[in-house]
Amino acid sequence: MASLRDIKSKITSTKKTKQITKAMQMVSAAKLNKAQNKAQSFWPYTQKIRDVVMSIATGTEATHPMLETRKEIKKTAYLVITSDRGLCGAYNSGLLRHTMNTINERHNSQDEYGIIVIGKVGRDFFKKRNMPIYQEIVGVSDQPSYADIKNIAATTVDMFTDEVFDEVYLHYNHFVSAISQEITETKLLPLTDFDGSEKEAIGDTPTYEYEPNEEVILEQLLPHYAESLVYGALLDGKASEFGARMTAMSAATDNASDMIDQLNLRYNRARQAAITQEINEIVGGASALD
Amino acid sequence: MKTMQVNVVTPDGSVFEAEANMVSVRAAEGELGVLPGHIPLVTPLRIGPVRIKQDNLVHLVAVNGGFMEVRRDEVNILAESAELPTNIDVARARAAKERAQRRLDVAKQDNIDFRRAELALKRAINRLEVSGK
Repeated sequence: MASLRDIKSKITSTKKTKQITKAMQMVSAAKLNKAQNKAQSFWPYTQKIRDVVMSIATGTEATHPMLETRKEIKKTAYLVITSDRGLCGAYNSGLLRHTMNTINERHNSQDEYGIIVIGKVGRDFFKKRNMPIYQEIVGVSDQPSYADIKNIAATTVDMFTDEVFDEVYLHYNHFVSAISQEITETKLLPLTDFDGSEKEAIGDTPTYEYEPNEEVILEQLLPHYAESLVYGALLDGKASEFGARMTAMSAATDNASDMIDQLNLRYNRARQAAITQEINEIVGGASALD
Repeated sequence: MKTMQVNVVTPDGSVFEAEANMVSVRAAEGELGVLPGHIPLVTPLRIGPVRIKQDNLVHLVAVNGGFMEVRRDEVNILAESAELPTNIDVARARAAKERAQRRLDVAKQDNIDFRRAELALKRAINRLEVSGK
């Protein structure tokens, strides 16, 4: 049986761990709040661009290479958004497993796909498996600004335009609620959701004058739109990350509490046993004298 | 006096939201003034100041490209970045201006660095102009 001192030190260390996980949980909650606000303030921007692109795509004859599905898909890109740090439950592992499965299902050789990765965990994962990483970015701040990822987003769009890739998919954790994240795959490029099926949904879009003309505006707008989608996914992913971390840390705190309770029980039993033994010894010693 | 809702929106959030009498921007095809009741219009913008007139007040916003969407009683300006004069980091803009100028001196006319430096210079000049320093 462990000695009283051993149990005592175990209790102390578990208490300290609990304090840390508790603090991390609260920090994540605060960050989650901020991330949600950020995602909210970003939303109108994408929505507006989307409205305008939609009205051009559905209302006029103008078209653009970024809107058209290519006949032959030679190479597919996967933009995977992971976190830089661990301690967030299945946030990264679930997503990476999903990406691996998708790739194994769809492709036979490494020439058919490329990976663009955000976050240290994902980068290390793909690097270890010698997968073709085209771009990587690590150390994105917790409240990323548009400028932080502008580069990677713009390069991705350029790679699509230059026909390095014929399709680009986004893989990230979509934020459903603080305790639930959903692994999501969306097609970033080509932009195919403007085929008019949603035309009724927007309803009152006015017929615009285009200055100088539709083509020029699409030319400018579509890259912006695609880039902003990447940014949106990143914000969504960040919110999910904090949600996942909060849940993981709250579970860890609960487990630590349970463990402390059990250890306390063991400590008290051991103490009781020691006292009983001592009394026994005294009584035994006294009766030997009689 | 008639007014319209003017919004300046960036991916990092809204920069300006208010009722105003007139908006004047530097569009791709030249200077453009918008009054309430303007025909719906979409146009790309150049890097330059946007003037928003509100009664006797004139607000300046440094807008970095993007585009403008005009509706009957609403003007939306969407840009990757936009700043009010009070939010402009003058020292940083000055440094950026000098850096861009130095690059322009060394870079060749037709390479990417040249165009990038040119854009950076435009943004810096725009910011300095709007901040009034």
